[in-house]
Amino acid sequence: MPRASHAPLHLAVALDGAGWHPAAWREPDARPGELFTARYWTGLVTEAERGLLDFVTIDDSLSLQTSRYVGPDERTDQVRGRLDAVLIAARVAPLTRDIGVIPTAVVTHTEPFHLSKAIATLDHVSTGRAGIQVRVSGRADEAAHFGRRTVPGLRVEDLATAAGQPARSTAEQPWVKELFDEAADYVEVLRRLWDSWEDDAEIRDVATGRFIDRDKLHYIDFEGAHFSVKGPSITPRPPQGQPLVAALAHATVPYELVGRSADIGFVTPGGADDARAVLAEIRTAQASAGRADETVHVFGDLVVFLDDDPVAAADRKARLDERAGAEFSSDAHVFTGSPAQLADLLEEWRDAGLTGFRLRPAALPYDLEQITRHLVPELRRRGVFRTAYEASTLRGLLGLPRPANRYAVA
Amino acid sequence: MSTSATPPKSATPRKQIHLAAHFPGVNNTTVWSDPEAGSHVEFSSFVHFARTAERAKFDFLFLAEGLRLREQGGRIYDLDVVGRPDTFTVLTALAAVTERLGLTGTINSTFNEPYEVARQFASLDHLSDGRAAWNVVTSWDAFTGENFRRGGFLPQNERYSRAKEFLATAIELFDSWQGDEIAADKESGTFLRDARAGAFVHKGPHFDIAGQFNVPRSPQGRPVIFQAGDSEEGREFAAAGADAIFSRYSTLKEGQAFYTDVKRRLARYGRTHDQLLILPAATFVLGDTDAEARELAREVRRQQVSGATAIKHLEFVWNRDLSAYDPEGPLPDIDPDLGEHTIARGRAQVRMYRDPLATAREWRELAAANKWSIRDLVVETGNRQSFVGSPATVAETINSFVQTDAADGFILVPHITPGGLDVFADTVVPLLQERGVFRTEYEGTTLRDHLGLAHPDAHSDTDAHSDADAPAGRVAS
Ligand SMILES: Cc1cc2nc3c(=O)[nH]c(=O)nc-3n(C[C@H](O)[C@H](O)[C@H](O)COP(=O)(O)O)c2cc1C
Repeated sequence: MPRASHAPLHLAVALDGAGWHPAAWREPDARPGELFTARYWTGLVTEAERGLLDFVTIDDSLSLQTSRYVGPDERTDQVRGRLDAVLIAARVAPLTRDIGVIPTAVVTHTEPFHLSKAIATLDHVSTGRAGIQVRVSGRADEAAHFGRRTVPGLRVEDLATAAGQPARSTAEQPWVKELFDEAADYVEVLRRLWDSWEDDAEIRDVATGRFIDRDKLHYIDFEGAHFSVKGPSITPRPPQGQPLVAALAHATVPYELVGRSADIGFVTPGGADDARAVLAEIRTAQASAGRADETVHVFGDLVVFLDDDPVAAADRKARLDERAGAEFSSDAHVFTGSPAQLADLLEEWRDAGLTGFRLRPAALPYDLEQITRHLVPELRRRGVFRTAYEASTLRGLLGLPRPANRYAVA
Repeated sequence: MSTSATPPKSATPRKQIHLAAHFPGVNNTTVWSDPEAGSHVEFSSFVHFARTAERAKFDFLFLAEGLRLREQGGRIYDLDVVGRPDTFTVLTALAAVTERLGLTGTINSTFNEPYEVARQFASLDHLSDGRAAWNVVTSWDAFTGENFRRGGFLPQNERYSRAKEFLATAIELFDSWQGDEIAADKESGTFLRDARAGAFVHKGPHFDIAGQFNVPRSPQGRPVIFQAGDSEEGREFAAAGADAIFSRYSTLKEGQAFYTDVKRRLARYGRTHDQLLILPAATFVLGDTDAEARELAREVRRQQVSGATAIKHLEFVWNRDLSAYDPEGPLPDIDPDLGEHTIARGRAQVRMYRDPLATAREWRELAAANKWSIRDLVVETGNRQSFVGSPATVAETINSFVQTDAADGFILVPHITPGGLDVFADTVVPLLQERGVFRTEYEGTTLRDHLGLAHPDAHSDTDAHSDADAPAGRVAS
């Protein structure tokens, strides 16, 4: 069933532990004993690269994983513990060539100066394939790991009755808005620091003995409500100029962060109409931030259980749910079916305006291999996915130009 | 205590030498003007450097840290290499292209938080299969603090109190997982054996934190701990808990004095001499003959000290703008400004001149006696290379320094990036190996194995001998 538009779509996978289903680690091909090894992550990212995906994201948090919104759950039947995502990305980058790597970092408790140079360095070690997914932490238990600030934390009564998603009302509370405003400041600092060295600042002028032209290094002099940062960065401008900034968003306040600050938003619509509504909000936020003429990619997030036989996919989910002792729920749409059925859905949502998709494999490596070995060929048959990597940087893969330096005088 | 267990001198086996490679830094030791000099930021330079060190069976690679670009006279200092990558990120990437080489990062305890640093080091240790080390430094200046949320709040005398508590807290976090919590048993559905894995509570003047650490115990238990401070407090901090010291004393006499001083402090903490390694920074210049090496060393020093650099170097002592002086002319006859040091910011070096008036007097006398210009003086007195000679001479000197307790080994700082280590690897290392004082193959897999350090025990039983699982690398008494 050919469609009117054949705009190519972008495809990413979100990697987390043994997959997004809490019982995924018990699957026959799961390798739960290897979650804390380089080999495990290298294997997954290499597989994603074999499928010519645009990028992988690597999830992270500053606390143990939990099934509750209000704090740790003391469960022992699910994966607990994780490695620093930026460092996982750094470990796999030299062993891959083309795929983008976007680790997650919590911005609420960390230093923008450190994260800026870390991502600049990730961009150097991957020669232009780095990004960062910024995450706001509103959890009291994470704040207590740092002891520098308290956050009210989500309370049970703030939560939607339907499990899975905090109510909108929570996300609109003033303290939440403040955390997101701080995140926007944080991203602004990241970006200014990435530009704080002009590309040709290093001159190595033997005649005058000068290694750099210091007029091409810039103080960023950021002063905000939460912190001030002087600059310049200690790390020269990364190969992409600006590595990509991504954020996951479920509500107006985070949509505004995407509109103001991000290159990629990950959103969780339930259907094509919902996707249109979310897109409208983000485009409005983008315009009011004065970024109407910039490309902000909006990717739909989906959790996927994929099998050639749709019944097998549904059975697999049922089996995993039974092991977990609860029906799986997620902030994102949960898809079970065949790769061809998923391709239909992606095309429909793409027609609603989404430019790409970030698939969350329910089980690793199983659903990742379904994506790279079955979904990708299916999309290719439809003429909507690449047959070879067409660019050597992540910006290039996403059709984004290398931006001019904000401090350079033309 | 431990003295009775020490065998008589004659029976002492030859000490094995430890060698490490310091990636060339952002100071004038590094010669960037040489045609051979490559990038300080591109990953390929780090790969070259690390692979040379690993080919030569070095214990580890070392990265220094500075979190604000240096300034002099209120402007960014432009005469030395400027710019470096993020330490954790580049070390972890290097773990992908090396197999055994230790990976040591300098990370300060002032502009970081224990939970984050502990998870970064634990992650590096996992992702390198047990090769992480942490050089704990105590940056103090408000100047650097301007880049951080925290700002420059820390009075100088609180540096070590924060550093001590920072390290103690990080160790509590590393030890909050004992190593046997992960069952990952698909059959029974038990992933964790202990629901409270990683639980910690720390209440102190600097950190008041509690919760659960989210990185399971890493292969080395915790990273190897280095210390690089030199003050009384710094030495005591090292004696109390560090595994190694990165020192600045690479001459025989100074090295022996420092070695004796620091090792003597160990007994107070119930520790033995082999539990704290002394590894000075050392530079080298090699030639076919000693005479050729000496000639080359002089040339390198002239590359390191341009006229402009010589003036800037004098300003550290004079604490004044001396840009009007001719580097090929005589030293200033005005005296140093003894007020607060304002001329150079962001470097530890200025603290080396504790009596600027005396230094200035001494330098003037030296210059007058030898008819030296400003540049000559700096070339002759600053930046003296530690080891200059033929490979045989350098190998013999290094070995004798180690055997006579001026050091347990050296952290070598080449002056060319990234190839400056190659000649040492190719010519000196084989001679040390022939003498039987340096490994020809890695015997273990972790950095603790290379350094002969015991693997720490999270169960913190003080009687290590009762531990049936004592790793092979544990030093027998
Ligand atoms: C050989 C050596 C190397 C050092 N390297 C660094 C470094 O890379 N980054 C840093 O911030 N401080 C570095 N330091 C500074 C020390 O960690 C410490 O902060 C400083 O020496 C002041 O402490 P002290 O008063 O105990 O000497 C170094 C010191 C020495 C002796």
